Amino acid sequence: MTVGAAKHRELGLTDTEFELIVEKLGREPNDVELAMFSLLWSEHCSYKHSRKLLRRLPTEGERVVMGPGENAGAVDIGNGHAVAFKVESHNHPSAVEPFEGAATGVGGILRDVFALGARPIAILDSLRFGELDSERARFLLDGAVRGIGHYGNSIGVPTVGGEIYFEPPYEHNCLVNAMCVGLAKTDEMVRAAAAGVGNAVILMGASTGRDGIGGASVLASAELGDGDEAKRPTVQIGDPFEEAKLLECCLELLGKGLLVSLQDLGAAGLTSSAGEMASAGGVGIDIDVARVPLREADMEPFEIMVSESQERMLAVVEPAKVAEVLAVCEKWQTGSAEVGVVTDSGLVRVLRDEAVVGEMPVEALVDGCPLYDIEPAEPAGWLYGNRATLDSAASAGETLLALLASPSIASKRWAFEQYDALVGSRTARRPESADAAVLAIPEADNAIAVSIDGNGRRVACDPYAGTVEAVLECAQNLACVGAEPLGLTNCLNFGNPEKPAPAWQLDRAVSGLAEACEALGVPVVGGNVSLYNEGPEGPIYPTPAIGMVGELPDPSRVAGSAFAAEGDAIGLVGPFAPALAGSELAKLRGELDHGLPEPDIAAVAAACAAVRDAVRAGKLSSAHDVSDGGLAVALAESAIGANLGCRVDLAPLLMGGLTPVEALFGEGSGGFLVSGKREALDSLGAIAIGEVAGREIEIAAGEDRVEVTVEAAESAWRSLGRELDAPR
Amino acid sequence: MRWGVLQFPGSCDERDALHACSLIGEARLVWHEQRDLDGFDAIVIPGGFSYGDYLRAGAIARFSPAMEAVAELAADGRPVLGICNGFQVLCEANLLPGALLRNESLRFICRQVELVAADDERLSIPVKHGEGRYYAPEEMLDAIEANGQVAYRYAPGQNPNGSARDIAGLTNEAGNVLGLMPHPEHAVDAMTGSTDGLAVFERMVAVAA
Repeated sequence: MTVGAAKHRELGLTDTEFELIVEKLGREPNDVELAMFSLLWSEHCSYKHSRKLLRRLPTEGERVVMGPGENAGAVDIGNGHAVAFKVESHNHPSAVEPFEGAATGVGGILRDVFALGARPIAILDSLRFGELDSERARFLLDGAVRGIGHYGNSIGVPTVGGEIYFEPPYEHNCLVNAMCVGLAKTDEMVRAAAAGVGNAVILMGASTGRDGIGGASVLASAELGDGDEAKRPTVQIGDPFEEAKLLECCLELLGKGLLVSLQDLGAAGLTSSAGEMASAGGVGIDIDVARVPLREADMEPFEIMVSESQERMLAVVEPAKVAEVLAVCEKWQTGSAEVGVVTDSGLVRVLRDEAVVGEMPVEALVDGCPLYDIEPAEPAGWLYGNRATLDSAASAGETLLALLASPSIASKRWAFEQYDALVGSRTARRPESADAAVLAIPEADNAIAVSIDGNGRRVACDPYAGTVEAVLECAQNLACVGAEPLGLTNCLNFGNPEKPAPAWQLDRAVSGLAEACEALGVPVVGGNVSLYNEGPEGPIYPTPAIGMVGELPDPSRVAGSAFAAEGDAIGLVGPFAPALAGSELAKLRGELDHGLPEPDIAAVAAACAAVRDAVRAGKLSSAHDVSDGGLAVALAESAIGANLGCRVDLAPLLMGGLTPVEALFGEGSGGFLVSGKREALDSLGAIAIGEVAGREIEIAAGEDRVEVTVEAAESAWRSLGRELDAPR
Repeated sequence: MRWGVLQFPGSCDERDALHACSLIGEARLVWHEQRDLDGFDAIVIPGGFSYGDYLRAGAIARFSPAMEAVAELAADGRPVLGICNGFQVLCEANLLPGALLRNESLRFICRQVELVAADDERLSIPVKHGEGRYYAPEEMLDAIEANGQVAYRYAPGQNPNGSARDIAGLTNEAGNVLGLMPHPEHAVDAMTGSTDGLAVFERMVAVAA
């Protein structure tokens, strides 16, 4: 292989970037160096189009144990314990090969968390596909769900929550975001910085093969299009059994204090893990590729350095402890090899036996990529299509049933029953029984709640307001189970940042994220950016997936989202000002357009605090945030979950100026649907709207009336599973 | 009662089983290479994906040194409880009759189900497995039923995997080895859903007595 004039372009580097590399090296890079630069300077690794924007995010807070820059963020939950968490995308691999793409997405995020010394205790997923009438969307959904289950179930980490939306802009470019939460003793956590000149660098886990070569640059940093079939070899293959052993092995090594630092091998493999460890520690690293255990003997040095073979970790170990480390690896039947050494050279050097085959300053390789200013321009109108599937003359009852059956709102039981939600014995609330997953932490004598949210359609309508709403929805979900938010992670899934409209969406969304986090006092402790999510028809809906973790004192006091007892009063709490803009109903009617009302963040935060306190005090029978499909859908969901009906009159909302349709089906932040004793609701300042009664869902909204049986509502809500299981 | 909970590479539910056993006795994890199980009154082979379920679920774990000891202990009449992957291991080791095949749906399934015990007691316990469809030839099924070896059936209409004759769990002829697909160790705390699983562990205590 020779370095042709256009070689760098094939690898995704611009001419200017190539010239900068030549300048920093003082010479032209050789093949090995060019391959390594092309990966670390890719969008996926360098965040070159987003890093400047991300500086807006608040990252500090009293409870922050680890912030951005580590393998994952972590927050203190008290009593000497911390939870580590992060969400990451595996969109493009999943769009090419959904089973392995999703499986290795889960595998990768698990490694990020146990690299800190935290035992993974929960997985959540945020998935987006095209509409279900598309065969491709069904294929991707089926593969991704099986892949997530395959990996999470086999490794013994429960999948406790998540969300799935179906929208046409994801038809070509699906989204698979996986979030992992881990538990650690705060004073036993480790960082990823290499330290100690002369210390050994040990590669643990699976052997290194040719799979996934160029994944970060080829797949993750370019638009999808024709020829994706040819990209299949760049998708990594997962082996959860290998990772199960690696996980236990790493936790035992850390528990025994045998490691100086630990880093997972993700995108760009050894190149990024060695480079980033050296950069974080301000040291150099020598890697001898001849010592790397290989699957194929004839691999070239550049292939070994950029391979994205899964289930590998890189550790820095003091020389005196190497033998003991290798013995623990032996016990767990996990591979291990001393492949390098920490140096004071400030260089990443790649050797093959004695010969130096690559030599680059760490600073140039890891931090030398130029950062770009994006050039945002607000598009003139609605960028995406409209497709009416519901007659606007449909009655209120018909509309409710259509909304409940809409795949994005319908029960996702078909998917979550394919995941082990129970292993670990912490799952105090199973999927769809409460607004957030609740995990007991007996080690700290409390519990945590976790939610992941992000409605791309609403972000498309207004990237600022839509992103604020996504953060608020997480906070509301946490409030419903009595949890106080401690920290946030995010995955920003957007289109091509070099185009003005996706750039504008990204810019506005980051501002919304920053302002919502600032106002709620919730720090952003980590995240991931996935750009270039476009298909032939254009960009995806801009989709920030927000993951939030909170703490609550007593998991046995958590109210569910379902009504609990006949005769309970039903009330509405919070600054709920629903509108049809961007709603599920607007989608079904084909009326989507630019623009959303701006949420009142401070008022929502105050309502969250009030609901949280009421739940913690055990005063509420149920608490459910009003979200997709509006109040009527929230009422139906609470009724279906309990198999109890309700009698509700929305007159108080109409008196506030809402139309009946807005009151029933309008969406917006800030609404909590609660039930309980009337005095409890009164003391919470709830607007009384009805009571739990009978087996019918009866909602009056002026002229409009909903009267459907709970059974009919449930049948509509369960339609997704029936449709997916139906023979085709 | 001193419980030993086996741990193979790829086990998942061993800590959950350990916790459940510790509610009604003393319990300790046993690494799969340990051959001496003399210190234990009862053994649990937990759920999970031992050896990644490669080849067949349970097919590799059955050859572990600890399983040789389990076979001896079972022959002595001491209680052995295999849960999910543990049930699969016991069938592979021929300590229980029959085999577990892929679920009829060909999908993993995690769901709370109702079980009916031989004495008609009803238990609410979750299942979570991809290969839980109990299979045995007809004549073997007849013999199993005639011997009273069926310990638990899925309640009518709740068979999640297509198991023959709704069989969720069964014993060996002597009654001291019990395998079941549902996870009683995930039903020992009202906070996580049910306490009905304790009855399964108590049943093993009765075997030991």
